[in-house]
Amino acid sequence: MILFVQTLSWMVRPPLQGREIVKQMEEVGVRSFPVVIITAAFTGMVLALQSYTGFKRFGAETMVGTVVALSVTRELGPVLTGLMVSGRVGSAMAAELGTMRVTEQIDALYTLATNPIKYLIVPRFLAAVIMLPILVVFADAIGILGGYLVSVRILGTNPTLYIRRTWDYLEFSDLYSGLLKAFIFGMIIATISCYQGFFAEGGAEGVGRATTKAVVLSSLTILISNYFITAFLF
Amino acid sequence: MMGKNSQTKIRVVNIHKSFGENHVLRGVHLDVQQGESMVVIGGSGSGKTVLIRCIIGLVQPDEGEIYVDGMEITSLNEQELNEIRKKFGMLFQAGALFDSLPVWENVGFGLRQHTQLNEEGIRKIASEKLALLGLKDIEDLMPAELSGGMKKRVSLARAIAMEPEILLYDEPTTGIDPVIADAINELIIRMREKLSVTSIAITHDMKSAYKIADRIAMLYQGKIIEVGTPEEIRNCSNPIVQQFVEGKSEGPIKIL
Repeated sequence: MILFVQTLSWMVRPPLQGREIVKQMEEVGVRSFPVVIITAAFTGMVLALQSYTGFKRFGAETMVGTVVALSVTRELGPVLTGLMVSGRVGSAMAAELGTMRVTEQIDALYTLATNPIKYLIVPRFLAAVIMLPILVVFADAIGILGGYLVSVRILGTNPTLYIRRTWDYLEFSDLYSGLLKAFIFGMIIATISCYQGFFAEGGAEGVGRATTKAVVLSSLTILISNYFITAFLF
Repeated sequence: MMGKNSQTKIRVVNIHKSFGENHVLRGVHLDVQQGESMVVIGGSGSGKTVLIRCIIGLVQPDEGEIYVDGMEITSLNEQELNEIRKKFGMLFQAGALFDSLPVWENVGFGLRQHTQLNEEGIRKIASEKLALLGLKDIEDLMPAELSGGMKKRVSLARAIAMEPEILLYDEPTTGIDPVIADAINELIIRMREKLSVTSIAITHDMKSAYKIADRIAMLYQGKIIEVGTPEEIRNCSNPIVQQFVEGKSEGPIKIL
């Protein structure tokens, strides 16, 4: 928590480490892209199958499009993206910072009169809060597309009807509540993972512990806070 | 070696530091003169590392004062401390090079952070400093590709890149072969002669200590028990110092 406040306070103090921010944005955003896309595509696809099974029992198969779009934008897009990124990026942040801590690289930063929070944590924090919503936009689009393909190609739903059902019931608030979640999940992943790495101790074993904790804690925090954000926006 | 009118560069007054139950430093006093090479010797776990970490502000002592150029540093905030740290360069035991940056950016790190130099300017100075340490054509290698001795020299190049007034060496000759160790000793002497820096080295390598020191201080059980020129330390009558400099397992120093 203190680290979070310090990060925010260093964030408003220029100059920002532009090079580091770009590097981290590539790491968080671009490199996570394939994982997020595959997750979103298959989630959309399986949602279409499952909700079709359910709706068919009372003859509402045409609502599949609506259910897929709402579930993906409001819930599964941000949450699954958050979980995948915390596994991929959170672990990397904790491991890298933890290694830097135990090999005295963080101390070396201090001796070079460079604040490690400003140099290491602020770029990671910014990259996560900027890139997570962007990833979620792609995840939403791909998830909906996955649902569409399964419905139209495999289940034989009328494409025009599917698209109309998707558009008609999708509100702007669905999208932005999902993006707000993504933004908060980005903060959670960066803060927890950087904290775990930054204060790692005890050699290689400690770095391993920090990495595990970073992933477990940020995943749990994402799932728990997801409920409260949803309840708040309800 | 020291004139009568020499100035005190670093003054450590009654420093105490504990980690939990472990009372590591128990009232350390140490004065280092302008341009002097001070070597602190002591066994493993005697608190040498903690002492130099206190001097550069990496560790906050529980009690006591540290003066650098007459300025008390233990009460400074992070930003004021950063200004003081610009006077320092530090060589870490294992080098502590930044894994993610190539050699030249490691050496030029301080220049990039604290000067307006462009890429070529930084690279040029980095190459100069590396050449000073006998390293050529390694600018674009990553730290992982270097041997232990090279890492130490690159780390030293990084420490001197900003032309600091004070250099701190954490075990400069530990963990490298005797030939390179001696080369590093030569480098340390050359640093002092060429750049006239004040330096504090901590080591348990007596050969290195005798070679690079103007004065040697021995840290034992959290206190400085003896300070003197290498000659004085060699002939010191204190049995603890005798046992340590001669490297005997029998004597007043208990091996647990």
